Amino acid sequence: MNFFLTIVLDGLIQASWLFIVALGLTLVFGVLKILNIAHGSFYALGAYIAATAVTIVAAHGLPPSVGFVAMLVSVASIASSVGLLLERGLLKMFYGRDEVVLLLVTYAVFLILEDITKLIWGVNPIYATQPYELFGNVAFAGLYYVGYDLVLIPVSVAIGLAVWFSLNRTITGKIVLAVIHNEEMSVSMGVRVRRVYAVAFAFGVLLAALAGALTAPKISMQPGLSSDVIILSFAIVVIGGLGSVEGAAVGAVLVGLARAASVHLLPQAELFMIYLIMTGVLMLRPEGLFTRETARRI
Amino acid sequence: MVGLVAAATLCGRVLPTWTLSLATVAASNALIALGIVVLARTGNVSFGQGLFFAAGGYGVALIANAWDIADAVVQVIVGAACGGLLGLMIGPLIARYSGIFFGMLTLALSMVFYGALVKSTALGGSDGFNVGRPSLFGMVFTDPREADFALYAVSVVITGFAGIATAILFHSELGLVSLAVRENNLRVEYLGISAKRVVTINFVIAAIFAGASGALALMAQRHIDPQFAYWTTSGEFVFVAILAGYQSVAAVFVASMALELVRSFSNLYLPNTWQLVLGVFLLGVILFLPRGIGSLWTRDERRKSGPKAATKVATKEGVTL
Repeated sequence: MNFFLTIVLDGLIQASWLFIVALGLTLVFGVLKILNIAHGSFYALGAYIAATAVTIVAAHGLPPSVGFVAMLVSVASIASSVGLLLERGLLKMFYGRDEVVLLLVTYAVFLILEDITKLIWGVNPIYATQPYELFGNVAFAGLYYVGYDLVLIPVSVAIGLAVWFSLNRTITGKIVLAVIHNEEMSVSMGVRVRRVYAVAFAFGVLLAALAGALTAPKISMQPGLSSDVIILSFAIVVIGGLGSVEGAAVGAVLVGLARAASVHLLPQAELFMIYLIMTGVLMLRPEGLFTRETARRI
Repeated sequence: MVGLVAAATLCGRVLPTWTLSLATVAASNALIALGIVVLARTGNVSFGQGLFFAAGGYGVALIANAWDIADAVVQVIVGAACGGLLGLMIGPLIARYSGIFFGMLTLALSMVFYGALVKSTALGGSDGFNVGRPSLFGMVFTDPREADFALYAVSVVITGFAGIATAILFHSELGLVSLAVRENNLRVEYLGISAKRVVTINFVIAAIFAGASGALALMAQRHIDPQFAYWTTSGEFVFVAILAGYQSVAAVFVASMALELVRSFSNLYLPNTWQLVLGVFLLGVILFLPRGIGSLWTRDERRKSGPKAATKVATKEGVTL
C-alpha cells in the first residue's frame, strides 16, 4: 500500500510541473495552430534564468525565500518579453504557411536557443538548490517528502484553475476562445487576432519558463534539458488533445503516473511507457482524449 | 542521369579525404531525405523516419554479426528489406492519419522504438555496439583510403539509383496521384482511387529508403546506438527535405551536401554555435526560398499552366488576416 502511495505521490509531483509546461504548449497550439518545438527551450531558459537569480541572491547573503521570489519575478519578466519579441519579430513572417513549415520554424528556433543557452551558461551542470529547502521536509503516511515538491501540486492546480477561469469566465478569455474556434469569424467580428496571437504566444512562453523556474531547484541544468522536456510535453498534449486545457491536465497526470510507475517498477522503460500510451491514444482517438472532432471544410 | 551518377562516383577519386567522408554521409542522408520528399508529396511529413533508419541499421548490424555477412551491397539490401518490412506493417495503420497527427504518430512510434532500444541490454543499451568493416564483391579493403572510396562509391551509386527511380516515380501515375492526394484526398477518393493506398505505398517506399540509408550510415560509422531513432535525428532528415523542396530530386542531394558543409564548417570555425548557424540557415531558406533549394532551377509548375491559373493561386494565397 505504501508502495502504491509512493507511486501516486511521485506521479502527481511530476504531473504538477509537466502540466504547467503542457498548458503553455496546448494554448499556443490552440490559438496560433503552431506545434512549438522550441517550447522545451523556453522551459530550459526559465530554469537557467532562475538558477542565475538564485545564485545572485545567495551571493548577497539574502535568505532563500528572497531567492525564490527573485527567481519567479525575473523569469516572468524575461520570458514574456522573449515571447513577445519572437512572435512579433519572427513568427509573424510565417503566418499563413503550412503547419508543417511552422513546425520547422520552431525547430530552427529550438536549435538557435539551444546554442544561445550554451553560450550564456556553458555546458557544465548548474545547480540552484537553495529554495529547495524552503518548505522543509514533510512526513506523510510514513513517507518523507521534500516540502517544496508537495507545494508544487497546489501551485499547478491553482495555475490550471486560473487559466480555465480566465478562458471561460472573462470577456478576454471568451475572445481567445473565439479565435481558437474560428479566427476568420473573429476577424470579421472585429477581434484583433494578431494581438491575441502575440499575447497567447507570450503567455505560452511564460508558462514554460515558469515551470522551468519552479523545477530549477530540483534538477541540474545542462544541455539536453530542452529536448527531454519537449518530448514529454508533446506526449501530454497529444494524449489530452491539442488545444485543450482539461486534456493537458489529464495527460499530465497520466504521463506523471506512468513515469513514476515505470521508475519504481521498471526503470529505463520510462520513455517507452509514455510513448506507448501516446501511440495507443492516437490509434484509438487521433484527436486526443478531450478534443471533439471538427467537421472538415472541403 | 546514369552518367551523372558515374561522374559523381569517379569524382571521389580526386576528392580530398575529408570531403570524401562528408560526401558519403551527405549521400546516405540524401537517401532518407528522398524518402521524406516522396512521402511529403502526399502532404504528410514523417517526423519519425529515425524509426526505419534505426531498424535498417540494427537489422543489418545483427544479421551481419550473426551470419557473417560483410558485403556492402548485401548489407544495404538487408537494411532496405528491414525498413520496408517494418514500413509494410506500420504503413496501413498510419495512412489513416494526416497532417499534424501523421507527424506526431510517426514521432511517437520512433520514440517507442528508441525507448525499447535504450532498455535492451542485449543490444548494448544506450551505448550501442560496433560492427566490422564491410567488404565489396569479395574485395577486402585494408588501406583506409581505399575503404573510404569504396564506401563513398556504394553510397553515391545506391543513392543515385534511388534518385533516378524517384524521378521516374514522380512522373508516373502513382507520383501524380500523390500530388492530388496532397491537394485534396477526399476528391481523390470520389474519383475512385484509394488515397490511403497511395499514402501507404509512398510510406513503404520512404521506409525502404530509410532502411537502406541506415545500413549506409552503419557502414560509415561502424557503430550503432539508439540515437539513430531519436527525434532530433529524424528532425535533421526533415530539415534536409524541407531545404530541398519537393520539386526536384537533384535538390535533395544539393541540400544534403549543403547541410553537411554548413555543419562541418561551422563546427570548425564556430565549434559551440553550429546549431545556431544551422537554425539561422534553416530560417533563411524557409523565408527566402519557400519552395526549397530546388526552386532555384526548376520552374514553378503552376506558373506553366498559364497566367490565369497563376493569378488565381496568388489571390488565394494572398488572403491573410
